[in-house]
Amino acid sequence: MAAADTTTPTTGLPMPRIRPARILLWTVLFIGGMLMITPILFMFSTSLKTAGQIYDLRLIPAEPTFANYIKVLSEGEFFRWFLNSSLVAICVTLSNCFFDSLVGYTLAKFRFRGRQFVFIAILSTLMIPTEMLVIPWYLMAADFGWLDTYWGIMFPGMMTAFGTFLMKQFFETVPDDFIEAARIDGLNEFTIWWRIAMPLVTPALSALAIFTFLGNWTAFFWPLISITSSELYTLPVGLTSFAVEQSIQWEMIMTGAALATIPTLIVFLLLQRYIVRGVMLAGLKG
Amino acid sequence: MAFDDTTRAARAPRLSMRTRRALWVWAFLALPVLFYGVIRFYPTLDAFRLSLTNWNLMSPPKFIGLQNYREMFASPDFWQVFRNTFAYLVIGTPISLVLSFTVAYFLDRIRFGHAFLRALYFLPYITTASAMAWVWRWFYQPAPTGVINSVLGALGIGGMEFLRSTTWALPSIMVTAIWAGLGFQVIIFMAGLRSIPQTYYEAARIDGVGDWAILRKITLPLLKPTTVFLVVFSSIGFLRIFDQVYNMTTNDPGGPLGTTKPLVLMIYQTAFNSYQMGAAAAQTVVLFTILLLISLLQLWILRTR
Repeated sequence: MAAADTTTPTTGLPMPRIRPARILLWTVLFIGGMLMITPILFMFSTSLKTAGQIYDLRLIPAEPTFANYIKVLSEGEFFRWFLNSSLVAICVTLSNCFFDSLVGYTLAKFRFRGRQFVFIAILSTLMIPTEMLVIPWYLMAADFGWLDTYWGIMFPGMMTAFGTFLMKQFFETVPDDFIEAARIDGLNEFTIWWRIAMPLVTPALSALAIFTFLGNWTAFFWPLISITSSELYTLPVGLTSFAVEQSIQWEMIMTGAALATIPTLIVFLLLQRYIVRGVMLAGLKG
Repeated sequence: MAFDDTTRAARAPRLSMRTRRALWVWAFLALPVLFYGVIRFYPTLDAFRLSLTNWNLMSPPKFIGLQNYREMFASPDFWQVFRNTFAYLVIGTPISLVLSFTVAYFLDRIRFGHAFLRALYFLPYITTASAMAWVWRWFYQPAPTGVINSVLGALGIGGMEFLRSTTWALPSIMVTAIWAGLGFQVIIFMAGLRSIPQTYYEAARIDGVGDWAILRKITLPLLKPTTVFLVVFSSIGFLRIFDQVYNMTTNDPGGPLGTTKPLVLMIYQTAFNSYQMGAAAAQTVVLFTILLLISLLQLWILRTR
């Protein structure tokens, strides 16, 4: 142990801080971080270039132009796909916020016969990979006429075990006294959940909402399978078909990719604090 | 308490509240129970059942026992896909964990501009994987188009084949996947680092323990639950890799020569290009089994902590 004293004293508390090492560390982390966002920067940069300029690898285009965006949005179905993705992601998110919370609350705050069974059953679905379910879902959707519909994209994700588990964990921290007091006041159980308990778990609820939204916005596998008409494509699936069509017109493909990415970036920039905290919460609890 | 019968409860007025509460409970749970039954459990059983049939959507399914499994395990294509999938997992997981831990470990000591630096690393995680796959695909193009080859060319290094090479295509796609998942792992590692009580570090410093020893003797052992979680999470992610591979190899999905094809892409093709639903279901059962083993392994490791 004592031999370890010879290691660099960069952060040894009793010693005076050595600034140059700190600056070096910061610079290295900064360069690494810039490398991380290089693909995103290049995507935007190229989307602002004309076909003739794409071999010019300058990050800031010589003559930036929004022509690609205008072309993609006016000729393609991107706007439609954008609305489709928004509709699907919003509906699934609302459903998850409602049902995952309701089930999480019920499992956390009621003692009833079969509670443990229901909890274990829901939790065990975490073990089942989506890929195993897509074939039965596809056949089920075909039987019910759900293929190639919005509902067909949405139905498998209307509730998740992850969300239920997350919400249950947080409802357990709500004091029973609050709920008992509301019962004595004569509120019914639904109102107690909705008006008393829900406002106390908003951090968890917002984390759940953000994850569900982003997860469904970027979802690719199931929409690719369940949708065949291009007017019902979600943005990621639409982008793939668009990019395949464009073949080697990279400035157009980058424009499409940028259009698919911008909404997630906006969500991130607006809700950065909640997202990072949410990842920490969910990652540690989940 | 819990075994108070609802019919008995109805007679006594004091217990009727219990009945009412039970009614509320099952009113709350009715739709969810139906959902999990119909959309989760039934399809799971159905996947097992289908894996024992020769269903191809055209003729009615016929029970053929384990023939799908026999054919799958006898097929060299399956084993190539199996090797590819494990290559993503076995190479991708350690690399991404070492990278993300290194970033988290040092980022944790930075105060100035902390949130900004963290955002840089985290940003790729929230982008759309399929969209960014196209950006990376463009990066990997040959010289005048592709950014990486242009930079290498300027440094005097000859063109790399990347996605066209049977050797380098898989690592190239893996880099994209590691890049996409790194931010999440950094955040989780940082949360793990924060949860270690400062007193341990202070005590160690008073005893004159150096940074390296603190890392090995205190930080890493106390971080074990976080690390195990991330190993499992990352392994499952690599086992289920699809978006990147599909989008980066659309002209020959899983190519060149099937060298990048993971299990999920094979399942997709078997089911939705060849419509061999039975065979595809058998492949999903293999995926399920592997994921189950990994989850059990995680539980076992954390039990014997």
